[in-house]
Amino acid sequence: MDVPTRKLKTAYRLMKTIREFEERMRSEYQQGKLPGFIHIYRNQEAVAVAACLDMTNEDYIASTHRGHGHCIAKGCEIEAMLLELACKEDGLCNGKGGSMHIADMSKGMLGANAIVGGGPPIAAGAALTAKTLGNGAVSMAFIGDGASDQGTVAESLNLAVVLQLPMIFMYENNRYAEFTKSPKPDGRIAERAGAFGMPAEVVDGSDFFAMYDACQQAITRGREGGGPTAIEAVCNRYYGHFEGDPQAYRDQDELAQERAVSDPIPRFLADPRAAALSAESIAEIDAAILSEIDRGFEVTYAAADPTPDKLYTDVYIHYEGRLR
Amino acid sequence: MKMSIREAINQTLHQEMARDERVIVLGEDVASDQGGVYGITEGLPAKFGVHRVIDTPITESAIVGAAGGAALTGLRPVAELMFVDFLGVCLDQILNQIAKFRYMFGGQARTPVVIRTMIGAGTGTGPQHSQILYPLLAAIPGIKVVTPANAADAKGLLTTAIRDDDPVIFCEHKALYMDECEVPEGEYLLPFGQARTAVQGSDITIVGMSRTAVIAEQAAAQLAQKGVSAEVIDLRTLSPLDESTILESLAKTGRLVVVDESNPYCSMASEIAGLAVEQGFDTLDAPVKRITSPHTPVPATPCLEAEYVPNVARVVTAVEETLAY
Repeated sequence: MDVPTRKLKTAYRLMKTIREFEERMRSEYQQGKLPGFIHIYRNQEAVAVAACLDMTNEDYIASTHRGHGHCIAKGCEIEAMLLELACKEDGLCNGKGGSMHIADMSKGMLGANAIVGGGPPIAAGAALTAKTLGNGAVSMAFIGDGASDQGTVAESLNLAVVLQLPMIFMYENNRYAEFTKSPKPDGRIAERAGAFGMPAEVVDGSDFFAMYDACQQAITRGREGGGPTAIEAVCNRYYGHFEGDPQAYRDQDELAQERAVSDPIPRFLADPRAAALSAESIAEIDAAILSEIDRGFEVTYAAADPTPDKLYTDVYIHYEGRLR
Repeated sequence: MKMSIREAINQTLHQEMARDERVIVLGEDVASDQGGVYGITEGLPAKFGVHRVIDTPITESAIVGAAGGAALTGLRPVAELMFVDFLGVCLDQILNQIAKFRYMFGGQARTPVVIRTMIGAGTGTGPQHSQILYPLLAAIPGIKVVTPANAADAKGLLTTAIRDDDPVIFCEHKALYMDECEVPEGEYLLPFGQARTAVQGSDITIVGMSRTAVIAEQAAAQLAQKGVSAEVIDLRTLSPLDESTILESLAKTGRLVVVDESNPYCSMASEIAGLAVEQGFDTLDAPVKRITSPHTPVPATPCLEAEYVPNVARVVTAVEETLAY
């Protein structure tokens, strides 16, 4: 499969943006400058980027608590995201969502989700919209290996098959559900999804090109009325469940080994199919990313918090009752 | 034209599906020839096709969640949660997802979904098919809760619900489905948050909702024969709640009985009693009385179920005690 240079550049830029964005976030978070919980996506970047590369703003994704990578891959603006993660008035969700509930409807990003397994029914609904309107759009639910056990996921798999929805179940099997190692061997999740009656495959989630190939097929199948697809992307969770989790429950040698072999970015650059990316263009992209992130933080730290009256806005579009 | 609540809801679904092609209906058995357990969706699949009247598996989280996701992305789904008791299966999708989209997404989301659901005791359906549960729903910010007590209101409120851009839970009392009354022809909308004064009176205010509004009216008719002038208020919607109509009536009568089929703790009756004490204290001539179901599950046996639900005799007694205070 040949990937056009323009797409290679975009893929690299997005993976690297996610990486730099989150590393900077971690550092700011550790200094106490960002509120709430954050969940870092490092080493899973190829999954989100390959998944969203051929999507438009009319296609939908439902994300998870580990959603920064999904946002960036789906096209959310860095500055608006940072403003939201810092819970500022001008953030994507006016500061009311934060990291675990960030959404951008203009980009078809239907929300991170702080309820494990909360997203797939919503993504199925977006797929139902696409099917009903016949507009060729697809909808994707990101699902962790932990969430794969939730009843909502099973219900959504079943509904997607019964209604032949244009939907993709994008499992990210990073082998850890919060602090607990998955007892399932790799591949079991895809096997389970496949048993519902849809094509399901296991893909190396650190290999951008393999992921992109699988995603293109799934998206094309959805757009052409071929129904749902499941992909189990096997990947590595570099950091803890949330930032600050020391991962004492992990074998440190094994972790070091996994971290080294599963970093998707050097693997992407070393692949002959990425040869069209010159060193100059990579350096140019890297510099642009860092300056965009710097500018984002500058704007964010100068930005206003929501005013107290905002507590009462956007509960409803119109409400004839009392909110306080 | 005279029709039952069942017919009024069916007619409204026909009218709204014909008016707006973004309106879809989904749920268990909704596309069957019978139109579901009570025939509510009868005739819809033949007229609008199974791509808009969608039979689903018996998976309530997927039904409700997909309806929410479809609403978020441009459709106007009317989902059926067959019995409100099944809320236990799908509460996350209502509580944590649909109700919060607009707020937690900073006003970006529009979720015009209606969840129609059957509530209430009185038909011998037992502990897991007879509950009321609307106080649980009315306590959730971000959704609206509608409880019609007659066919005309069912039509007016369901039309408004389907055209509303916020999520609405539409509660249909199964013991009222066959109740008939005159229903306006053609397009008919009723605003949310406006209670109906079902009976004008001056001695005491009786507040009811859904089936207890009907019970309150029957009690008022009996009381009238005894020379008591009771005013009956049917709330129509629990969220938003029309507080001013309750308080104005209380200011006129000075006495209040609330009839509510909920279990007693954290019931709508408690909410309204609290309102009366907090904002109508100076107008109260007697303690507020709450007539509710007991703090028990709904029993299956008809003899105990009859004990469980509020009835006309209990309301009449409560009114007489309040007047004698």
